[in-house]
Amino acid sequence: MHPAPSVIVFTTLSGLGFGLLLFLGLGYPDVTGWVAFVFFAIAYALAVGGLMASTFHLGHPERAMKAFTQWRSSWLSREGWCAVIALLVMAPYGAGLVFLDTSYTALGLIGALFSLLTVFTTSMIYTQLKTIPRWNMKLTPAMFLSFSIAGGALLAGQVDAAMILLAIAALVQLAYWKQGDSAFANSGTDMGTATGLGSRGKVRAFEPPHTGTNYLLREFVHVVGRKHAAKLRVISFTLAFVLPILILLLSPHHFGALIAVLSHLAGIATSRWLFFAQAEHVVGLYYGKR
Amino acid sequence: MTIQQPKIDTSPKVSDEIRQTTCYMCACRCGINVHMKDGKVAYIEGNRNHPVNKGVLCAKGSAGIMQVNAPSRLKAPMKRVGPRGSGEFEEISWDEALEIAAGWLEPIRKDSPEKLAFFTGRDQSQSFTSFFAQNFGTPNYAAHGGFCSVNMAAGGIYTMGGAFWEFGQPDWDHTKLFMLFGVAEDHDSNPIKIGLGKIKARGARVIGVNPIRSGYNAIADDWVGITPGTDGLFILSMIHVLLKAGKIDLDYLSRYTNAPVLINASEGPEKGLFLRDADDKPLVIDRVTGELTAFDKPGVRPDLSATYETDGVTHRPVFHDMVERYMSDEYAPEAVADRCGIPAQRIRAIAGELARVAFDEAFELDKEWTDFRGEKHTKMIGRPVSMHSMRGVSAHANGFQTCRALHVLQIILGTVEVPGGFRFKPPYPKPVEAHPAPHSKVTPDAPLDGPHLGFVRGPENLALKEDGSPARIDKAFTWENPMSSHGLMHMVISNAHAGDPYKIDTLFMYMANMSWNSSMNTKGVMEMLTDKDESGEYVIPRIIYSDAYSSEMVAYSDLILPDTTYLERHDCISLLDRPICEADAAADAIRWPVIEPDRDVRGFQTALVQLANKMKLPGFTHEDGSAKWQDYADYIVNHERKPGIGPLAGFRGENGDKEGRGEVNPEQLDRYIENGGFYVAHIPDGADYYKPWNTSYQNWAVDMGIYDSPQPYLFQLYSEPMRKFQLAAEGHGDRQPPEHLRERIKEKLDPMPIWYETDQQGNEGFTVNALTQRPMAMYHSWGTQNAWLRQLHGRNPLYVPTKLMREHGLQDGDWAKVTSPHGEITVPVMEMAALNDNTVWTWNAIGKRKGAWALEEDAPEATKGFLLNHLIHELLPAKGDGMRWANSDPVTGQAAWFDLKVKIEKAGAPEDLAESQPVFEPIKSPVGTGPKNLAWKVGK
Amino acid sequence: MTQLPQSTDRKMGLVIDLDTCVGCHACVISCKGWNTENYGAPLSDQDAYGSDPSGTFLNRVHSFEVQPEQGHAQLVHFPKSCLHCEDAPCVTVCPTGASYKRVEDGIVLVNESDCIGCGLCAWSCPYGARELDVTEGVMKKCTLCVDRIYNENLEEVDRVPSCVRTCPAGARHFGDLGDPNSEVSKLVDERGGMDLMPEMGTKPVNKYLPPRPKDTIEEQIDILAPLLAPVAEEPQGFMGWLDKALDKLPGGNA
Repeated sequence: MHPAPSVIVFTTLSGLGFGLLLFLGLGYPDVTGWVAFVFFAIAYALAVGGLMASTFHLGHPERAMKAFTQWRSSWLSREGWCAVIALLVMAPYGAGLVFLDTSYTALGLIGALFSLLTVFTTSMIYTQLKTIPRWNMKLTPAMFLSFSIAGGALLAGQVDAAMILLAIAALVQLAYWKQGDSAFANSGTDMGTATGLGSRGKVRAFEPPHTGTNYLLREFVHVVGRKHAAKLRVISFTLAFVLPILILLLSPHHFGALIAVLSHLAGIATSRWLFFAQAEHVVGLYYGKR
Repeated sequence: MTIQQPKIDTSPKVSDEIRQTTCYMCACRCGINVHMKDGKVAYIEGNRNHPVNKGVLCAKGSAGIMQVNAPSRLKAPMKRVGPRGSGEFEEISWDEALEIAAGWLEPIRKDSPEKLAFFTGRDQSQSFTSFFAQNFGTPNYAAHGGFCSVNMAAGGIYTMGGAFWEFGQPDWDHTKLFMLFGVAEDHDSNPIKIGLGKIKARGARVIGVNPIRSGYNAIADDWVGITPGTDGLFILSMIHVLLKAGKIDLDYLSRYTNAPVLINASEGPEKGLFLRDADDKPLVIDRVTGELTAFDKPGVRPDLSATYETDGVTHRPVFHDMVERYMSDEYAPEAVADRCGIPAQRIRAIAGELARVAFDEAFELDKEWTDFRGEKHTKMIGRPVSMHSMRGVSAHANGFQTCRALHVLQIILGTVEVPGGFRFKPPYPKPVEAHPAPHSKVTPDAPLDGPHLGFVRGPENLALKEDGSPARIDKAFTWENPMSSHGLMHMVISNAHAGDPYKIDTLFMYMANMSWNSSMNTKGVMEMLTDKDESGEYVIPRIIYSDAYSSEMVAYSDLILPDTTYLERHDCISLLDRPICEADAAADAIRWPVIEPDRDVRGFQTALVQLANKMKLPGFTHEDGSAKWQDYADYIVNHERKPGIGPLAGFRGENGDKEGRGEVNPEQLDRYIENGGFYVAHIPDGADYYKPWNTSYQNWAVDMGIYDSPQPYLFQLYSEPMRKFQLAAEGHGDRQPPEHLRERIKEKLDPMPIWYETDQQGNEGFTVNALTQRPMAMYHSWGTQNAWLRQLHGRNPLYVPTKLMREHGLQDGDWAKVTSPHGEITVPVMEMAALNDNTVWTWNAIGKRKGAWALEEDAPEATKGFLLNHLIHELLPAKGDGMRWANSDPVTGQAAWFDLKVKIEKAGAPEDLAESQPVFEPIKSPVGTGPKNLAWKVGK
Repeated sequence: MTQLPQSTDRKMGLVIDLDTCVGCHACVISCKGWNTENYGAPLSDQDAYGSDPSGTFLNRVHSFEVQPEQGHAQLVHFPKSCLHCEDAPCVTVCPTGASYKRVEDGIVLVNESDCIGCGLCAWSCPYGARELDVTEGVMKKCTLCVDRIYNENLEEVDRVPSCVRTCPAGARHFGDLGDPNSEVSKLVDERGGMDLMPEMGTKPVNKYLPPRPKDTIEEQIDILAPLLAPVAEEPQGFMGWLDKALDKLPGGNA
């Protein structure tokens, strides 16, 4: 899949933002006033910023409101609802903490739940796609959720929790990569089933329908070199998990935490780039490409 | 939950109006419905009532809208201001353009009309353009058949009075076995697809013989990946097998072919000619009486086996010679298998299947008919085997004989002009005798002595001057290629440049991209067009060119007469020329301006009428010098070739109710437009098969003006005109070939089909066959790089068989250097498994010169696309005999571009190679480049 | 309403004959022409005369080579457009309801005024049937020429998709695949019509007729060989046979 910056920024930032909102909703850290304001500002900036970024890839962003109508069937619509509910519920909860020094616990819990649901629904947008075997796995929501929660913990300054959650997320990441690498082969879809000609012999794509490119090739066919991908995986894994955990272990103060957060952010963004770039859409089979 | 879905308008208005005209995106000439909105072209679809395409339309036809709005359309007449080849022009008025042209041409005409060479390319108005040339008085006129398919056309006419494509078609509704030879995605595009669809719907068998398994061959049930140039050998081997097994239609051979005609066996100038009676009629032995009889005498039953003894000489019928020749072991499948690349078993199986279907699946139609000997038949016997062939067989130096062999194969099976077999389309069948012979006698300030092109009957018809030198600039109808019925357009520029046989003054061309894909040796042609003599003048002094688009040839011309697009013009697709008939009907068609040009352009034929009027050419003007016609539409309606016969056969007569013959009808074009742009005259029931011998067809054809009198004839298994050339080569007669051609004529103009390997001298080390095909979406198309079609084929790789890919360590996307004895190109490669193991090929005419066709200079057509033409020369490699032999068929002069042999090797790393080689300097576009984006919706 | 209808009254769709398609692209361009001028936004082209031309097409013809274990490689031309799946994932993923499957005929359509151009429907389609138009920013797809097949301004015979009307080889058939007695259903039965990627569970309405077996002529040599038994080995012997054969012809001496 084409690793569009808009979706990478969106999923990376909003994942972190809603992760932080989850912790804030649960009352971690237990802050009020200006400190609470800063935490909420960061959380909203990330979550809303991410959501805004996601509209950049729309052909008609001005019609985005229409996306709320199809919650019965569409994960994208559900994501919209969850995000809006989470943001709307967390607003009075945050206002209570910042301005009134009051914790509306019930609102916080509801907000936390919807923050989590937002990340889950985001992940389901990808997971539901049978056309992309690397995404069509239970580990996809597990990865999105574990990243979001770990990142939220890190941002929320929950050092102990963050170290454990980062370690869990790291394991999920490894499992995701391992399973993902064989997902296409295990999906049962190949050029034979794509063309229905598989029983007649070995099928090979000959001339493409057009000599030039097209939307499908631009959107769905992105070839990442194997060595290049392996290198990026090491970088991503180190930045997202190894380095933050080490920093938290060795230097768990503010500056260290900031470095850990930035490292994590860069690592997750890299992982997300790989998430898209390495995802192979079955339509590539028709073009002899994956 | 109730589902509420949007209400949509499922009955929107389709268009304001439909205008019906004829497509011109290739040579098919399909009927089209042009949907108009607000006076603009909104959508083009096929015309369901049209005889050619019956509603369907190919990719090119549907893309016509992008042809009409193409940015490469020329805008006004132009005069060259930069050096030739630069593309620098100045727009001028039509008055000035015609003034210049007349200023160049009039003095030539007064003095030596042959100094005008007028050649047209994909011209569909040849009866008109030749009329112009004839009245001008130059012998130098032809269209592009010489490098296209003259072998097929001439081979067909000389053998059976017609060939494939325009001449005839399989009986699609009845045929049960269809065999395609060397047909790529080329001629007769939609009708063949329609026919294949009919066959496939019935589950009947298609056999494809082609080194490349693409297109029609991809859906063939059996594919024969033959070695290029060996089709003739394969066919003669099947004839061998069929003869041996007696699986031939003896009744058919005895009645309708010259198999029973007796050959003169007496030594002397008549040897090998037919025995004839006092009326010059070929003689046969009547099996009923045992007497020597004229072949067409009522009631005669020609005997295939009887001989005739006189003066101690035994004269045998043609059939004896055939049996003797083709029964020989040299044609046994085992003897030819290796050379053809087809296992002997497969050759036998295919011959067996031909026999099985022709004879075991024979059927009868209850139709009465009477043959030319007066015999009444109550039934028509169907032999449901049909064949089609085109350029793949044609474009070899042994193509003429191969085409003859193919027709002979059909004839011995008795499948020509019978139900289920191959059927002619009017005006065919038409034997050689019904065609003119070529004319070339020049008289200053007077018309030529007759039509330029025709069919020679023997040496007496060659286009030679008194001194024996060629009368025509292209050396057509000379000893080098005596039966060159379509002329040799591909030799014009090199001959004119060499001044051999003489120098010319003005080269005038129409729709012929000679400085690019329409020439062999493209680079050499560019050099010849720009070469100057010692005095600094161009060696070819003047070039006038007409085209609708900014093609590569524009840059090499001095004066440009901009043509219209096909929707902006009048045309007639005439029975005098190359009509749109079907096997069941005679038909012709028109084009008319469904939109008016928005530029200062004129239909070429109208420009030609105006130029002729300006020069007061006879034929175009009355005695007082006044013009007969103002424009082409005027000519179409009012010109009469003979009294009552004009360009259009329909709606003739004062009331428009006469067909074929009738007075001029001033309303004729309107009637055609009302009728959908065409006219169909159906062949009566019972006249629809056995046409060459069917009395009711012959009478109908006379009524239609196709013949002046009935012309029944025999199929020529043995070609007497060819024998006459052999006789000359053997020393008989006044007109004698030059010594160096004597042996070749004896050998190659064999009156019965032969196969020979094409000249391989100089090909040492070049072992791989290299071919081209046109993609169906661009086949024979003339015009711009169409915005929609160029997305389908914007560049062309060299397709290389798996075996050669492995041998040369090549992978898709690599580049290969391809060399021939003549040149070298470097091009991208792509693997193809369904391909003859020793053949490479590419799509032709995708590659474009930078700056042409209003494309940007980095367009893939110019950077990745390429022409194989650079590797082909119009001459064979030098043999050291001091002569350069033409790379063409020794019978017809057909350009032998499918004889190309190359070697390939891997070129450098793909990242080092950005562009196909050779690269030429960009030419300056006289029309700029096209818009960036398109969203072409004319309605609201 | 991105929910799929429980069932549709009819299942209109295409049957594409891979044994007949010659790969001419006529359907591709006819589709481009009709759908540029008709339903919804025109199908635009970018860099139309430049180095990287690319446009929106609703139907494209691929080609594949099939190498059987024995014998020659085969080439199969393969037109592909929306298969109007019964279980169309492109419909259910749509967040705005722009994508829907019509109850009356099962045609999957995009209501362009509701489309936000998120592309998710294209992601969910295994067949590459949807293309986002760059100029218009909305998703384009085969409409089965919904503005032709019921169009009362067209003659009845022309009320078929433009690709079907134009296909020169007649390799494309249009009809109700929900009706077991329709011509298209019969074709599917007779010729073993197949689904593309059945494992995706999309239940495509469009079916493909597989190519018939190829290159079998030599296998029939046992039947054909007796036909080819020589009547004589030598020309002289052949002439003897010929004389007798001529006698047997109608009007002969026998």
